[in-house]
Amino acid sequence: MRIGVITFPGSLDDRDALRAIRIAGAEPVSLWHGEHDLQGVDALVLPGGFSYGDYLRAGAIASHAPIMSEVIDAANKGMPVLGICNGFQMLAEARLVPGAHTRNDVQHFVRRDQHLIVENNTTAWTTKFSAGEEINIPLKNADGRFIADADTIRRIEDNGQVTFRYFGVNPNGSADDIAGVSNERGNVVGLMPHPEHAVEPGFGPDTATHMRSGLDGLRFFTSVIERVLA
Amino acid sequence: MPVFVVEVMPKPEILDPQGKAVAGALSRLGHSEFSAVRMGKRFEVTVEGPVTDATRAQLEEIAREILSNQVIEDVVSITEVTA
Repeated sequence: MRIGVITFPGSLDDRDALRAIRIAGAEPVSLWHGEHDLQGVDALVLPGGFSYGDYLRAGAIASHAPIMSEVIDAANKGMPVLGICNGFQMLAEARLVPGAHTRNDVQHFVRRDQHLIVENNTTAWTTKFSAGEEINIPLKNADGRFIADADTIRRIEDNGQVTFRYFGVNPNGSADDIAGVSNERGNVVGLMPHPEHAVEPGFGPDTATHMRSGLDGLRFFTSVIERVLA
Repeated sequence: MPVFVVEVMPKPEILDPQGKAVAGALSRLGHSEFSAVRMGKRFEVTVEGPVTDATRAQLEEIAREILSNQVIEDVVSITEVTA
Protein backbone atom coordinates (compact mmCIF):
# COMPACT_ATOMS: atom_id res chain seq x y z
CA MET A 1 0.00 0.00 0.00
CA ARG A 2 1.73 3.16 -1.24
CA ILE A 3 0.33 6.69 -0.84
CA GLY A 4 1.90 9.58 -2.76
CA VAL A 5 2.24 13.17 -1.53
CA ILE A 6 2.88 15.78 -4.22
CA THR A 7 5.26 18.62 -3.41
CA PHE A 8 4.61 21.92 -5.24
CA PRO A 9 6.73 25.09 -5.00
CA GLY A 10 5.44 26.58 -1.74
CA SER A 11 4.01 23.38 -0.22
CA LEU A 12 4.46 23.40 3.57
CA ASP A 13 2.80 20.30 4.96
CA ASP A 14 4.09 17.67 2.54
CA ARG A 15 6.55 16.27 5.12
CA ASP A 16 3.84 16.05 7.79
CA ALA A 17 1.55 14.25 5.33
CA LEU A 18 4.31 11.74 4.46
CA ARG A 19 4.89 11.15 8.18
CA ALA A 20 1.16 10.70 8.86
CA ILE A 21 0.95 8.07 6.10
CA ARG A 22 3.85 6.13 7.64
CA ILE A 23 2.35 6.33 11.15
CA ALA A 24 -0.96 5.04 9.73
CA GLY A 25 0.86 1.99 8.33
CA ALA A 26 1.33 2.67 4.60
CA GLU A 27 4.44 3.46 2.58
CA PRO A 28 4.72 7.20 1.84
CA VAL A 29 5.97 8.19 -1.63
CA SER A 30 7.24 11.70 -2.31
CA LEU A 31 6.12 13.00 -5.72
CA TRP A 32 7.19 16.17 -7.58
CA HIS A 33 4.80 18.61 -9.28
CA GLY A 34 6.99 19.02 -12.37
CA GLU A 35 6.97 15.37 -13.41
CA HIS A 36 4.38 13.27 -15.21
CA ASP A 37 4.80 10.23 -12.95
CA LEU A 38 2.64 8.98 -10.06
CA GLN A 39 5.13 6.12 -9.45
CA GLY A 40 2.34 3.55 -9.24
CA VAL A 41 0.87 4.81 -5.95
CA ASP A 42 -2.51 3.53 -4.72
CA ALA A 43 -3.73 6.89 -3.38
CA LEU A 44 -2.70 10.55 -3.40
CA VAL A 45 -2.50 13.48 -1.00
CA LEU A 46 -2.30 17.10 -2.19
CA PRO A 47 -0.78 18.85 0.84
CA GLY A 48 -1.30 22.25 2.43
CA GLY A 49 0.84 25.33 2.02
CA PHE A 50 0.94 28.32 -0.29
CA SER A 51 1.80 26.88 -3.71
CA TYR A 52 3.10 29.56 -6.07
CA GLY A 53 2.61 32.10 -3.27
CA ASP A 54 -1.18 31.87 -3.74
CA TYR A 55 -0.62 34.09 -6.82
CA LEU A 56 -3.64 34.49 -9.15
CA ARG A 57 -5.92 32.55 -6.72
CA ALA A 58 -5.05 30.01 -4.00
CA GLY A 59 -4.32 26.69 -5.72
CA ALA A 60 -4.98 28.07 -9.22
CA ILE A 61 -1.50 27.80 -10.72
CA ALA A 62 -0.79 24.45 -9.02
CA SER A 63 -4.00 23.06 -10.51
CA HIS A 64 -2.28 23.41 -13.92
CA ALA A 65 1.06 21.86 -12.83
CA PRO A 66 2.45 19.10 -15.10
CA ILE A 67 1.61 16.24 -12.69
CA MET A 68 -2.01 17.41 -12.41
CA SER A 69 -2.93 15.85 -15.76
CA GLU A 70 -2.03 12.44 -14.26
CA VAL A 71 -3.81 13.33 -10.98
CA ILE A 72 -7.03 14.31 -12.80
CA ASP A 73 -6.89 11.16 -14.92
CA ALA A 74 -6.31 8.90 -11.87
CA ALA A 75 -9.03 10.66 -9.84
CA ASN A 76 -11.55 10.21 -12.65
CA LYS A 77 -10.67 6.50 -12.73
CA GLY A 78 -11.43 6.17 -9.02
CA MET A 79 -8.06 6.58 -7.25
CA PRO A 80 -8.53 8.00 -3.72
CA VAL A 81 -7.30 11.61 -3.59
CA LEU A 82 -7.27 13.80 -0.48
CA GLY A 83 -6.71 17.56 -0.81
CA ILE A 84 -5.85 19.31 2.45
CA CYS A 85 -6.17 23.12 2.74
CA ASN A 86 -4.15 24.38 -0.27
CA GLY A 87 -4.69 20.90 -1.75
CA PHE A 88 -8.47 21.41 -1.35
CA GLN A 89 -8.12 24.71 -3.18
CA MET A 90 -6.24 22.91 -5.99
CA LEU A 91 -8.97 20.24 -6.26
CA ALA A 92 -11.62 22.98 -6.54
CA GLU A 93 -9.60 24.90 -9.14
CA ALA A 94 -9.11 21.66 -11.10
CA ARG A 95 -12.93 21.08 -10.86
CA LEU A 96 -12.37 17.68 -9.21
CA VAL A 97 -14.63 18.82 -6.35
CA PRO A 98 -17.39 21.46 -6.50
CA GLY A 99 -17.14 25.04 -5.23
CA ALA A 100 -14.36 27.58 -4.77
CA HIS A 101 -12.54 29.44 -2.01
CA THR A 102 -12.20 33.13 -1.17
CA ARG A 103 -10.58 35.07 1.65
CA ASN A 104 -11.87 34.30 5.16
CA ASP A 105 -14.81 36.57 6.01
CA VAL A 106 -12.86 37.73 9.10
CA GLN A 107 -10.17 39.02 6.67
CA HIS A 108 -7.21 37.50 8.49
CA PHE A 109 -5.38 34.19 8.85
CA VAL A 110 -7.03 31.84 11.34
CA ARG A 111 -5.28 29.07 13.28
CA ARG A 112 -7.26 27.02 15.81
CA ASP A 113 -8.06 23.48 16.87
CA GLN A 114 -11.33 23.01 15.02
CA HIS A 115 -14.27 20.78 15.87
CA LEU A 116 -15.94 19.15 12.86
CA ILE A 117 -18.90 16.88 12.31
CA VAL A 118 -18.32 13.92 9.98
CA GLU A 119 -21.33 14.19 7.64
CA ASN A 120 -20.47 11.32 5.31
CA ASN A 121 -18.51 8.28 6.47
CA THR A 122 -18.73 6.39 3.19
CA THR A 123 -16.02 8.23 1.21
CA ALA A 124 -12.62 6.64 0.59
CA TRP A 125 -11.10 8.79 3.38
CA THR A 126 -13.81 8.61 6.10
CA THR A 127 -14.91 5.00 6.62
CA LYS A 128 -13.19 4.76 10.03
CA PHE A 129 -15.45 7.53 11.39
CA SER A 130 -19.09 7.26 12.44
CA ALA A 131 -21.66 9.42 10.65
CA GLY A 132 -22.38 12.43 12.85
CA GLU A 133 -19.18 11.93 14.88
CA GLU A 134 -17.52 15.05 16.30
CA ILE A 135 -13.77 15.24 15.69
CA ASN A 136 -11.09 17.84 16.45
CA ILE A 137 -8.15 18.65 14.14
CA PRO A 138 -6.04 21.78 13.55
CA LEU A 139 -7.17 24.44 11.07
CA LYS A 140 -4.93 27.18 9.60
CA ASN A 141 -5.89 29.19 6.56
CA ALA A 142 -6.35 32.63 5.01
CA ASP A 143 -8.44 31.72 1.95
CA GLY A 144 -10.67 29.11 3.54
CA ARG A 145 -14.14 30.41 2.83
CA PHE A 146 -15.90 27.69 0.82
CA ILE A 147 -18.57 28.99 -1.52
CA ALA A 148 -20.66 27.83 -4.45
CA ASP A 149 -23.88 29.00 -6.06
CA ALA A 150 -27.19 28.06 -4.40
CA ASP A 151 -27.96 25.27 -6.91
CA THR A 152 -24.56 23.65 -6.36
CA ILE A 153 -24.92 23.84 -2.57
CA ARG A 154 -28.35 22.21 -2.80
CA ARG A 155 -27.02 19.50 -5.11
CA ILE A 156 -24.02 18.57 -2.95
CA GLU A 157 -26.17 18.62 0.21
CA ASP A 158 -28.70 16.28 -1.47
CA ASN A 159 -25.96 14.00 -2.86
CA GLY A 160 -24.18 13.60 0.48
CA GLN A 161 -21.10 15.32 -0.94
CA VAL A 162 -20.76 17.53 2.15
CA THR A 163 -18.21 15.38 3.96
CA PHE A 164 -17.35 17.60 6.95
CA ARG A 165 -19.05 20.56 8.60
CA TYR A 166 -17.56 23.07 11.07
CA PHE A 167 -18.99 22.58 14.56
CA GLY A 168 -19.18 25.23 17.30
CA VAL A 169 -17.47 27.95 15.27
CA ASN A 170 -17.50 28.64 11.52
CA PRO A 171 -13.94 30.03 11.33
CA ASN A 172 -14.02 31.55 7.83
CA GLY A 173 -17.61 32.18 6.73
CA SER A 174 -17.92 29.02 4.62
CA ALA A 175 -21.37 28.41 3.13
CA ASP A 176 -23.54 26.03 5.19
CA ASP A 177 -20.56 25.62 7.60
CA ILE A 178 -18.99 23.32 4.98
CA ALA A 179 -15.43 22.27 5.90
CA GLY A 180 -14.96 19.46 3.38
CA VAL A 181 -16.62 18.06 0.25
CA SER A 182 -16.20 15.06 -2.03
CA ASN A 183 -16.81 14.35 -5.69
CA GLU A 184 -19.95 12.38 -6.60
CA ARG A 185 -18.09 9.07 -6.51
CA GLY A 186 -16.61 9.72 -3.06
CA ASN A 187 -13.00 8.90 -3.97
CA VAL A 188 -11.87 12.55 -4.05
CA VAL A 189 -12.21 14.52 -0.80
CA GLY A 190 -11.07 18.06 -0.07
CA LEU A 191 -11.09 19.67 3.36
CA MET A 192 -9.75 22.88 4.86
CA PRO A 193 -8.44 21.65 8.29
CA HIS A 194 -5.33 19.47 8.63
CA PRO A 195 -5.70 15.80 9.64
CA GLU A 196 -1.94 15.24 9.19
CA HIS A 197 -1.29 17.42 12.25
CA ALA A 198 -3.31 15.15 14.56
CA VAL A 199 -1.75 11.71 14.17
CA GLU A 200 0.87 11.43 16.92
CA PRO A 201 0.66 11.72 20.75
CA GLY A 202 2.31 14.95 21.91
CA PHE A 203 1.58 16.92 18.75
CA GLY A 204 -2.20 16.91 18.19
CA PRO A 205 -4.97 19.09 19.68
CA ASP A 206 -5.70 18.94 23.42
CA THR A 207 -8.36 16.44 24.52
CA ALA A 208 -10.49 16.29 27.65
CA THR A 209 -7.97 13.97 29.30
CA HIS A 210 -4.49 14.96 28.08
CA MET A 211 -2.73 17.87 26.40
CA ARG A 212 -1.89 17.43 22.70
CA SER A 213 -3.18 13.89 22.63
CA GLY A 214 -5.76 14.28 19.84
CA LEU A 215 -5.33 11.69 17.09
CA ASP A 216 -8.52 12.19 15.07
CA GLY A 217 -6.51 12.86 11.90
CA LEU A 218 -5.07 9.36 11.82
CA ARG A 219 -8.34 7.75 10.73
CA PHE A 220 -8.34 9.62 7.39
CA PHE A 221 -5.28 7.60 6.46
CA THR A 222 -6.34 4.28 8.04
CA SER A 223 -9.68 4.66 6.20
CA VAL A 224 -8.02 4.87 2.80
CA ILE A 225 -5.63 2.00 3.62
CA GLU A 226 -8.64 -0.17 4.45
CA ARG A 227 -10.43 0.98 1.27
CA VAL A 228 -7.51 0.20 -1.02
CA LEU A 229 -6.72 -3.16 0.58
CA ALA A 230 -10.40 -4.23 0.60
CA MET B 1 3.57 45.15 -29.35
CA PRO B 2 -0.19 44.81 -28.83
CA VAL B 3 -1.31 44.68 -25.21
CA PHE B 4 -4.70 43.51 -23.96
CA VAL B 5 -6.15 44.54 -20.62
CA VAL B 6 -8.31 41.91 -18.94
CA GLU B 7 -10.41 42.95 -15.95
CA VAL B 8 -11.80 40.40 -13.51
CA MET B 9 -14.19 41.17 -10.65
CA PRO B 10 -15.68 39.07 -7.87
CA LYS B 11 -19.30 38.22 -8.72
CA PRO B 12 -21.72 40.80 -7.25
CA GLU B 13 -23.23 38.31 -4.79
CA ILE B 14 -19.81 37.23 -3.44
CA LEU B 15 -18.60 38.90 -0.24
CA ASP B 16 -15.41 40.90 -0.97
CA PRO B 17 -13.61 41.23 2.39
CA GLN B 18 -10.76 43.29 0.86
CA GLY B 19 -13.14 45.86 -0.62
CA LYS B 20 -15.06 45.96 2.64
CA ALA B 21 -11.85 46.68 4.60
CA VAL B 22 -10.96 49.53 2.22
CA ALA B 23 -14.48 50.98 2.50
CA GLY B 24 -14.15 50.82 6.29
CA ALA B 25 -10.85 52.74 6.11
CA LEU B 26 -12.37 55.43 3.86
CA SER B 27 -15.20 55.91 6.30
CA ARG B 28 -12.77 56.22 9.23
CA LEU B 29 -10.82 58.88 7.25
CA GLY B 30 -13.96 60.97 6.87
CA HIS B 31 -14.80 60.03 3.27
CA SER B 32 -18.15 58.64 4.26
CA GLU B 33 -19.84 59.66 0.98
CA PHE B 34 -17.94 56.71 -0.62
CA SER B 35 -20.01 53.95 0.88
CA ALA B 36 -18.78 50.77 -0.87
CA VAL B 37 -15.60 49.47 -2.51
CA ARG B 38 -15.16 46.26 -4.48
CA MET B 39 -11.71 45.10 -5.55
CA GLY B 40 -10.90 43.12 -8.66
CA LYS B 41 -7.88 42.31 -10.81
CA ARG B 42 -6.40 43.89 -13.92
CA PHE B 43 -4.14 41.81 -16.17
CA GLU B 44 -1.99 43.31 -18.94
CA VAL B 45 -1.26 40.63 -21.51
CA THR B 46 1.31 41.28 -24.25
CA VAL B 47 0.90 39.49 -27.58
CA GLU B 48 3.84 38.37 -29.71
CA GLY B 49 3.14 38.93 -33.41
CA PRO B 50 -0.04 40.02 -35.20
CA VAL B 51 -3.43 39.95 -33.49
CA THR B 52 -6.03 37.87 -35.32
CA ASP B 53 -9.56 36.73 -34.47
CA ALA B 54 -7.97 33.48 -33.32
CA THR B 55 -5.75 35.42 -30.89
CA ARG B 56 -8.81 37.19 -29.49
CA ALA B 57 -10.71 33.93 -29.13
CA GLN B 58 -7.71 32.33 -27.42
CA LEU B 59 -7.43 35.24 -24.96
CA GLU B 60 -11.15 35.05 -24.20
CA GLU B 61 -10.70 31.38 -23.31
CA ILE B 62 -7.62 32.12 -21.16
CA ALA B 63 -9.53 34.89 -19.35
CA ARG B 64 -12.47 32.58 -18.68
CA GLU B 65 -10.56 29.42 -17.78
CA ILE B 66 -7.34 30.62 -16.10
CA LEU B 67 -7.36 34.34 -15.24
CA SER B 68 -10.77 34.01 -13.57
CA ASN B 69 -12.60 31.32 -11.63
CA GLN B 70 -16.16 31.41 -12.94
CA VAL B 71 -17.51 30.05 -9.64
CA ILE B 72 -16.59 33.30 -7.89
CA GLU B 73 -15.50 35.80 -10.56
CA ASP B 74 -16.62 37.41 -13.83
CA VAL B 75 -14.46 38.66 -16.70
CA VAL B 76 -15.90 42.18 -17.06
CA SER B 77 -13.81 43.43 -19.98
CA ILE B 78 -11.09 42.55 -22.48
CA THR B 79 -9.68 45.65 -24.20
CA GLU B 80 -6.86 46.05 -26.71
CA VAL B 81 -4.62 48.99 -25.85
CA THR B 82 -1.68 50.44 -27.78
CA ALA B 83 1.64 49.59 -26.22
